[in-house]
Formats: sequence, structure tokens, C-alpha cells
Amino acid sequence: MRKLKISEKMRNLMAGYYMLGHSAEFRAWVTSGAPVEILYAMDVYPVYPENHGALIGAAKLGSHYSDFAERMGFSRDLCSYARCDIGCVFAGTSPIGGLPKPSFLFACNNICNTVVKWYEVLSRIFKVPLFVLDMPFIRKELKEYHLLYVEEQLYDFIRFVEKLTGNPLDDSKLRNVAMRSVEAVKLYGDCLKMARYKPSPMTCFDAFINMAPIVCLRGTEYAVNFYREMKEELEERVKNGVSAIDNERIRLLWDNIPIWYRLRWLSEFFESKNACLVADTYTNAWTGFGTIKSTDVISSLAEVYTVSYLNIGIDRMVEIIKGLIEFYEVDGVVMHSNRSCKPYSFGQYEIQKKLNVPSVIIEADMVDERAFSEAQIATRLEAFLENL
Amino acid sequence: MISAGIDIGSLTAKCVLLEDSRILAYSVQKVRPKLEETAEEVFQETLKIAGLKREEVFRVFSTGYGRSRVRFAEKAVTEITCHAVGAHFLIPTVRTVIDIGGQDSKVIAVENGRVLNFAMNDKCSAGTGRFLEVMAAALNLKVEKLGEIALKASKKITISSTCTVFAESEVISYISAGERVEEIVAGICDAIASRIAALASRVGVREDVVLTGGVAKNLGVKKALEEKLGVKIKVPEEPQIVGALGAAVLAMRG
Repeated sequence: MRKLKISEKMRNLMAGYYMLGHSAEFRAWVTSGAPVEILYAMDVYPVYPENHGALIGAAKLGSHYSDFAERMGFSRDLCSYARCDIGCVFAGTSPIGGLPKPSFLFACNNICNTVVKWYEVLSRIFKVPLFVLDMPFIRKELKEYHLLYVEEQLYDFIRFVEKLTGNPLDDSKLRNVAMRSVEAVKLYGDCLKMARYKPSPMTCFDAFINMAPIVCLRGTEYAVNFYREMKEELEERVKNGVSAIDNERIRLLWDNIPIWYRLRWLSEFFESKNACLVADTYTNAWTGFGTIKSTDVISSLAEVYTVSYLNIGIDRMVEIIKGLIEFYEVDGVVMHSNRSCKPYSFGQYEIQKKLNVPSVIIEADMVDERAFSEAQIATRLEAFLENL
Repeated sequence: MISAGIDIGSLTAKCVLLEDSRILAYSVQKVRPKLEETAEEVFQETLKIAGLKREEVFRVFSTGYGRSRVRFAEKAVTEITCHAVGAHFLIPTVRTVIDIGGQDSKVIAVENGRVLNFAMNDKCSAGTGRFLEVMAAALNLKVEKLGEIALKASKKITISSTCTVFAESEVISYISAGERVEEIVAGICDAIASRIAALASRVGVREDVVLTGGVAKNLGVKKALEEKLGVKIKVPEEPQIVGALGAAVLAMRG
């Protein structure tokens, strides 16, 4: 796989991000699908345990840090991001020396309900307040009362932060942050869409490796500049006919959170079979946060974050996947049944039946390498590719 | 033209020599830790049976868990594709292949020898040959004997656990409670059949259904599976070599 130059920049950017967290006056630990724009607008530094979990997974230290939580009685069936996060707190360290302690916690359950209990645990450990933003699950249609329910809570949250920090929310600042967020999301979406070219200038592994800024720095100039540069590099590749892999014969879509400790193994495996995983449902989920309106920031935030990818019914998910299959012109779908992420993995067998291209399911875990059986996975993937 | 297929499974290595559409010879051996040597031995043994020299074999394909360790094979193909091709070679009307091997089981939907869809067991040994081996050891029986013992039972004891380790302690407690061995064995065959039936329902069962792999020799499992699926199951004369045969057929095609 031809590496993108931008990945080097990403490492420096994220190192800076983690370092800055230590000097911030107010810090919130926050879930990946929470409206971070409010935090940036109120000068609260967002810290992402999920991103930290991915980093631990990529460092192949998932089981090591998970053990610290398991020894305290946390079940191995619990999400490995949660186990590693809580494990690192008990261990007092992590590959980056641990996360800076939170001033408060902000959990939004539009990605799963594990985050509620996970953050309650953190709240007890750190003895800091927790705000749960409760998102109604949108099984079919989004209704006005769904939005009112969320909007009310967003105002509650603003009052909660104002009280803790003593700083009132500045509306124009929130608007600026929101518009920077929209700009970053737009550029980020443009990057991902470059994979529609044949052969593709990027793989979903590039998307995985370079997704941290859209998760953690959405709403800042850093994310805007980063994805602008990434887009330029990809455009340059397309212009010069540079592809991510040689001999792209099969184009595939990935579903679910990456298997962080096996990114290299997987990318080499697919490359050796002339197969390119051009896109994925996971990183694509962040492209949905681009419709915040400058005229009506709070209510549009409510809408954008309520209909996030893991907070909608299966039929809508199928529509989105079918859209990706068509847009990226893929020949098949590789679905990771992720032992950790129940909302993402639940329904995959149903979704599989509704797709119009072949698909294969592999069983693993995003961070816990003990759940990965190489020979079994290789056989399934090879058999799938042999018969495409 | 003569081709060879070599299937290195988790417990046994198989080799089939094929001349056009005629099986010349085959052999089955226990797998030893050095897979390269096992592959060489099973190949030599089969050549000996057929009275052939190595140079007379035009092309070799490998399959099974050790497929990439057969250095002299021109190509490695997964056991899913090979079982479909092998079963179709023997029984052209096959639409569903159920393969129960030593450490995995799979159900493959087949059409004209091509794989339409497949499902495999997850990271669990219940529903594989290993399950039967563990149970045979707990009962102090030979695994090959389980099938005929099961057929003697007039009723079967329900093994409720889906996990090999828990099922083993369940079996031990039935033994100490004085339950009849054949009824326990029939229960064991039933337990493995339930797992396979669940797997099969994911792919869909269409006749003819062909059972392959070492466990296909166990008549108790075959009978239990037929009951669960509500269909007659065909078992090739030598079900263990179907994967190797498929590899040989593919090697013949090139």
C-alpha cells in the first residue's frame, strides 16, 4: 500500500492535541458522537477515550490494558474501548502516559448505551459531574418531538457547562466553531469521495489512520487545514494516476469499526489478492455532521447528532450502505462482526440479506486481539474473494 | 493427464490423485507438527499406492488450514471452494455441502459446482470434530465407534450445553448418574447436529445435501442431522477426501 504523506502530519497533529490537553483549564471526557462544537465554543478541551482506545489497539496493547479493568471485575464481554479506558485509569498510564484528568464528563448515547454506564464509572472514579445527552433512537422517521427533546437537553448542557466554568456561552463564537466544523466535515467528505476513482488513490485503511482529526478536532482550524491538505494530496494522486495499491481488480466496502491491531495484516492481505477496500461505513459516519446551520445552530446540532449512523433503524442503514456500494462501485462488502460494538454488529446478518452485492462476515474485536483468529479469518476472506 | 490435490486439515492430511475424471488413488494420514513434511509424506504415500512417479503428476493444488505450507503446490485454494467442487464431482446434483472437519464446520450453498454462499462456525469447537473427540475421551470410547453406538439408543439424553468444555462435564455427570452410554452418545450426536442445523439455516438448505469431512462417517450425527433438517443426506463413499479431490479437480482445470 502506498502510504499517504499526510499520515506523518496526522501523527504530529495528534501528538500536539494530546499534549495541549494537559495544559487546558477545563477538560471534558467526551464520546465520539457528542456535539463537540459546544465544548470548543465554551473553551472546554475535549478528550476522547474512544480515540485513545483505538490508539491502544493500534499499539497492540488492548489485552494488556484491558486486564487492569478485568482484574477489577469488569467483564470481558464489555466493550474493549471501555475496558481499556477504565483499565488505563487503574494502571495510571497508557501508551501516551494516560489521559489528562477530566473536569467533567459528557456522554451522548447516540452511538451506544454502554457509554452511559462507562461514564458513570468514570464519574465515580474521578468524582466529577457527568452530563448524559440522551438521544431518542430513530427507528423510522425523525419527528419534531425528538428534536425538541434533544434541543432542550442541549440548553441544559450549556447551563451545566456555564455553571462549572463560570464562562457564559458566546453565540457568535459557537456559530464560528460550528461553521469550522461544517467546513472540516465537508473537506473530510471530499477526501473520502476521492476513492470513487478507479483505481482508487486511497483505501479505507488511509481513512482509518487519518480519521482522528475529524473526531477530536472538528470545530477547530486544525481539522480544516489538515483535510484540505489531505484532499490536495489525493487530487495530486488522481492527476498523476497514482493508485493506493497496484492491480486493483476487486473493489470492496468495509463495515464496522476497524480491527486496529490488524490494520497492516488486513491491508497486506487484501493487496496481495489485488483487492482494494476503497471505503467503509465507519469513517463515512462523520460525513453526516455537515449540515449544521449558522442561522440555527442549536436546533441543527440537535438534528445532525440525533440521526447519527448508529442511532437509526436497519432499513435506513441499509439505504446508506447501498448508497455507498453504488457510489464507490464496489464488488462486495466485508463485514466485521465486532465483539465489542453491539449496536454496530447487531443486525449485520439481516443487513447482509438486503444488500445487492456479495458480503462476508468475519468475527473479531476492534481492540482486543484475543478475539482474532487468523487462520479462520484468512480462510473466510480467501473463500469470499475466490468466489466473487 | 494426472493431477493431485492435497488437503492439510487440522487433524488429518489427505491426498487424491486424479487422471482426467477418474480417482487413481488417495490416502489419509494424521497431521504432524511439521506440515511441510506431512504434505510430502501424504503425497509420496499416494504416489506409491498409484504406482506413479512424481514427474508423472502434471499439477498439484493444496487446500485446508495448512494449504500455504505445501511448498510444491502450484496454488492454494480454500477448503470452501474445494469441498464444493469435490462434492459436485462426486454428486453432480449437490446444492448444499455440509462439511464437518476437525476444527471447523461449514455449510456451503452450491450451484453447478460453484460456491453461492457459505457460513462457518465461529471461534468455538462445539459443532466440530473436536467436540466428538473430547466426548469420546470422556466416555473412554474410540471416536470412530460413536456413530454405531448412538444408533443402538432407543432414546437420547439432552446435552443442554452448547460449549465443548461444559458439555464434557455434563457428560461426566450423566456417566456418574448411571445413564446408558448409548443414550449419552445419541445426545452428543444430537448436540453437534443442532449446531450445524443453526449454521445451515443461515445459508438455506436445498437438496441434494451432501455431508463431507471426517465426521460424515459418524452415522449417529448423520441421522441426527437428517432429523433436524428434515432432509435425506448423501454421504460420499470416502467423505474425508472430498476437499483434496476438489483441489485435484481444480488442478486438472488449471
